[in-house]
Amino acid sequence: MSRSTRQLWFDIPAFTLTCIALWELLYLRVGPSGISSPPDTLVSIWHLFGSAPFWQNVAATGTAFAWALLIAVVGGLAIGLFLGLVPLAGDVAAPILNALASLPKITLYPVILLIFGLGIAAKIAFGTIHGIFPIVILTMNGIRTIRPVVRKTGRALRLTRAQTIRSIVLPAAMPEVFSGLRIGIGLTLFGTLIGELFASDRGIGFLLMRDMQNQDVAGITSIAVLLFAVAIAVGIILLNVDRRLHGMR
Amino acid sequence: MNLVTTLRIAVIAGAALLVELLCRLNVITPFTMTSPSNTFVNLVHLLASGKPWPDLTFTLVNTLAAILVSVVVGFVLGVLIQRIPRLRRVVSPLLAAYYAVPTFVFYPLMIVLLGLNRLSLIAIGVTLGLIGMIVSTIDGMDRIPRVFLKTAATYRMSPVARTFLVALPAATPHLITGIKLAVTYSITGVIAGEFILSVAGLGRGIAVAYNDLDNKTMYALLALLLTSVTVVNVGIHEWERRVYARWGLR
Repeated sequence: MSRSTRQLWFDIPAFTLTCIALWELLYLRVGPSGISSPPDTLVSIWHLFGSAPFWQNVAATGTAFAWALLIAVVGGLAIGLFLGLVPLAGDVAAPILNALASLPKITLYPVILLIFGLGIAAKIAFGTIHGIFPIVILTMNGIRTIRPVVRKTGRALRLTRAQTIRSIVLPAAMPEVFSGLRIGIGLTLFGTLIGELFASDRGIGFLLMRDMQNQDVAGITSIAVLLFAVAIAVGIILLNVDRRLHGMR
Repeated sequence: MNLVTTLRIAVIAGAALLVELLCRLNVITPFTMTSPSNTFVNLVHLLASGKPWPDLTFTLVNTLAAILVSVVVGFVLGVLIQRIPRLRRVVSPLLAAYYAVPTFVFYPLMIVLLGLNRLSLIAIGVTLGLIGMIVSTIDGMDRIPRVFLKTAATYRMSPVARTFLVALPAATPHLITGIKLAVTYSITGVIAGEFILSVAGLGRGIAVAYNDLDNKTMYALLALLLTSVTVVNVGIHEWERRVYARWGLR
């Protein structure tokens, strides 16, 4: 075991314990009306795991998230590929995309609700509009910043357009594309959950909203902790793939 | 005007005209959306009536405060985390995963801590805006050319002087990215808070109009909000362009 790995075995528990200690301190400061204590949260997570409705809500969020992600990834890659390969289209679209990407999309919730109504369609739409922009922008940039010599090689080998895309453009742009996907996956989940907070009668986001309205602090805390745990676990995996693609460690 | 700019304006105008046409043809009914032209007229009337100004300034001040705190604290934390590799290795997955969780569900906690006022809205804006700034600062610090830091060492600069005289200017492009993220996410946080529970603000105004099925007011307020955000973003973009131009980067 290398020294840095040994350090990590110490650092991760130490950091986790520090966070839990800070959390306990916060609890002692604000009391149970603001946040529930770490042990109480553990108990209420245990209860959540044992309840059937919780898993139904997890399934509802999962379904909406899967659809939103599918649309964001397929649509994002297709649009990004097109804008990356056609320089004029890319030049025209880039500032518009950046402007759209930096709009706080939460403000659009009433519009999405009026268009799609309450239910899964609104959640999917919300997830998609959050996740698609990083995928489009990073795919486009990844393709546009491919070194010209790589593209020239393809021309020298007289590859067809499809062959060029498959064996030159996509592999060369892969690190950027994957970074886009990594950010896009996170934001799609964020968008889906926001959709559920404001526009749904089921799902994890709905549970959060209900707990917020009922001032069920233990409920909010345990769901937030669970979400963080899942997001960090997925995040670590994606970050490692990302780093490998970018040639870091 | 060159071809690209002309086409860009054509695309934007075309999209607006398409929506206008769909509204006029009643494909999009007024229950779903008021047409862009009507929205503009409604907005002018609303602004002339003076009603939305207090809400606008309330939201604007909160957002600016949240952005300011996010940028300053995010920069300091980013520099610290980048300096301490062991801390960084532990924290980086957390930073990468952060934006998947709608942290503004802790808004009720902020209200308990700080009261139902602008402080809790600012705090919730900071919880979202801060992380983007931290991540961008770390990125920027990573990419400072070694020779700059060696020069600083040659001059025997203190860590503070090195941070502000060498690192800060050298990392500016990345810091601007961080500021852009801080702007977007701070607004998201503040507006989300106002949607959920607030005494004033544009977000609250929009939520109230939505609940009253008052589409005229709602779309006018939305247009006001999105226009304000776009003006800020265009301003930052222009600043970014100048920084890049001065550096000969683009």
